[in-house]
Amino acid sequence: MKKGGGKAATVRRATRRDWEERTLKEVLARRPERLPAFTTVSGAPVERLYTFEDLEGWDPVEKLGFPGDPPYTRGVHPTMYRGRLWTMRQFAGFGSAEDTNRRFRYLLEHGQTGLSTAFDLPTLMGRDSDDPMAEGEVGREGVAIDTLADMEALFRDIPLGRVSTSMTINAPAAVLLAMYLAVAERQGVPLESLEGTLQNDILKEYIAQKEWIFPPAPSLRIITDLIAFCTARVPKWNTISISGYHIREAGSTAVQELAFTLADGIGYVQAGIDAGLEVDAFTPRLSFFFNAHNDFFEEIAKLRAARRMWAAIMRERFGAADPRAWRLRTHVQTAGCSLTAQQPHNNVVRVTLQALAAVLGGTQSLHTNALDETLALPTEDSARLALRTQQILAEESGVANTIDPLAGSYFVESLTDRMEEEAWDYIRRIDAMGGIVKAIEQGFPQREIAEASYRYQRQVDEGEKTVVGVNRYTEGDAAKIPLLRIGPEVERAQVEGLGRVRATRDAARHARALRDLQATARSRDNLMPAILGAVKAHASVGEICDALRPIFGVYREGTVPL
Amino acid sequence: MKAGEGKVRLLVGKVGLDGHDRGAKIIARALRDAGFEVIYTGLHQTPEMVVATALQEDVDGIGLSILSGAHNTIFPKITRLLREQGGADIVVFGGGIVPDEDVPGLLQAGVRAIFTPGTTTRQVIDWVMAEVKPRRRG
Repeated sequence: MKKGGGKAATVRRATRRDWEERTLKEVLARRPERLPAFTTVSGAPVERLYTFEDLEGWDPVEKLGFPGDPPYTRGVHPTMYRGRLWTMRQFAGFGSAEDTNRRFRYLLEHGQTGLSTAFDLPTLMGRDSDDPMAEGEVGREGVAIDTLADMEALFRDIPLGRVSTSMTINAPAAVLLAMYLAVAERQGVPLESLEGTLQNDILKEYIAQKEWIFPPAPSLRIITDLIAFCTARVPKWNTISISGYHIREAGSTAVQELAFTLADGIGYVQAGIDAGLEVDAFTPRLSFFFNAHNDFFEEIAKLRAARRMWAAIMRERFGAADPRAWRLRTHVQTAGCSLTAQQPHNNVVRVTLQALAAVLGGTQSLHTNALDETLALPTEDSARLALRTQQILAEESGVANTIDPLAGSYFVESLTDRMEEEAWDYIRRIDAMGGIVKAIEQGFPQREIAEASYRYQRQVDEGEKTVVGVNRYTEGDAAKIPLLRIGPEVERAQVEGLGRVRATRDAARHARALRDLQATARSRDNLMPAILGAVKAHASVGEICDALRPIFGVYREGTVPL
Repeated sequence: MKAGEGKVRLLVGKVGLDGHDRGAKIIARALRDAGFEVIYTGLHQTPEMVVATALQEDVDGIGLSILSGAHNTIFPKITRLLREQGGADIVVFGGGIVPDEDVPGLLQAGVRAIFTPGTTTRQVIDWVMAEVKPRRRG
């Protein structure tokens, strides 16, 4: 290398300001940039260039640490994907328990490493398949589960001691967990060895997904009872998957997703402490679930900021002593709301980029959406392609070979810091309202999300934000792709099956179990044993929830902000 | 938009157990911003509830958002109830996740338009302006 004279010395001292004056100004004068301002998909500003000046005073030891060490910015495991790849966990469920059991076994045969169960809307809302409100909805968006018989069929020939199972169920989560435990008992699998995750996150239902049954107070009581039960009896079970996914799908920004999810997490930890649980005993089993949307770096920064913030929340706010309680472990799903019905094959590319962001963000497990999911539940072929996308990322792209490869990037670190600050700001506002339940009752997160969602829709409608195939590069007719159809026969068969269970079960035992459940609900005793008793007496999801409705009341949404 | 008593009144609704109200709220707000009178039902309505509200509020059009796959059950039930209860001239339109091949059946059942994913709020507003007129009242 040639020794530089005065010129090289100037280069070494150059600041961004110098560069702007000397080089940039003239170019901008000749040719302006493509847009007056650049923003993320969430509308956050993105500067032209990030340099060392953006990280002035930034301390890598404090901000990053090392993998497996607090504040976990670089990941929760010391070896990350070099030790073990993320769990490829494709969400599946449709039609009858038998249909979904076949899909589960198909995915396991193709290399999937964990199960994830999607329930249909009646099940999610705690209603039976023959409930008038369930008409037309049975088995459509997930699998229909009414009684223990359905749960047994769902996991037939799947050894529960050897798979980990995630169940996306919230308001009636305790009932579905009880059914799973009953199936495990029948398979002879000790509860202590069961591994899995229950979504069980009712707060984000009030905020975003709107699948609720009971009001917040009794809902939190059911959740803390479930946590206490699992802590003692099913210690490897992740009791809540605190979910930003649905908040984002409802139209939030990335920062709102980050902030409201962590605020929900704070709400659960506080509820557990208020219920008399020891913070270090139950919080290591809380896990998270984030969305991976289109804006690549914003998503990576979000996950890194989330880990750093949760470590601070658990250590400083709640004084947790067990490092396992400080670690934010998360599942990620690519953004369903980013998929388009137009030119559906483009979705494969979107999903690939989103999945890459999730991996570079350090996720522990991942669901990649199938290209047809904006139109219907995935077909077998599209589900396999979605899984293959993860396998290619994991085993061909090389991105899993080193830990947190974007650390130290001027942009990624600046973005991580800024998102963290903005999320703390929201959390402070929620604290000032008296916590997340109070904020929800005032409609605060709901209003913030509705605003963001409307703003984004306007930007898409005006063409300020590009959606390929929708507002740019459009083609005439939609491509025809084969879709999974759920026929009305599923509902008929499910209703008949439920009728058979009702006709053949021990009616006296069933009635006794539901009376016990109601008595427990009125007391302060833990609900889980009584729910298990009801499930084993072949009480249905709807019957169990109906037994609790008069005692706990039902949630009604206040005036909905438009 | 005509002013005064000629103003078009719309009911935007979510029927069934489906809680995905992002689209319904965006459409309700966009229609309101475009000058229509908009009533939003909130979640978890039955077809009977929607029809009762529509008649009681004397609306000219009903826009329903369904993302749960239950459209083939819910839309025809609403148009039938409207016919039975003297609301046959209320324009019913909808949006959500509706596969193309289901659209003809829904139109045949009396739904006037189905807006599928990717529709802009402008397209819905323009359609409502053209197709939904104040009903003859009294």
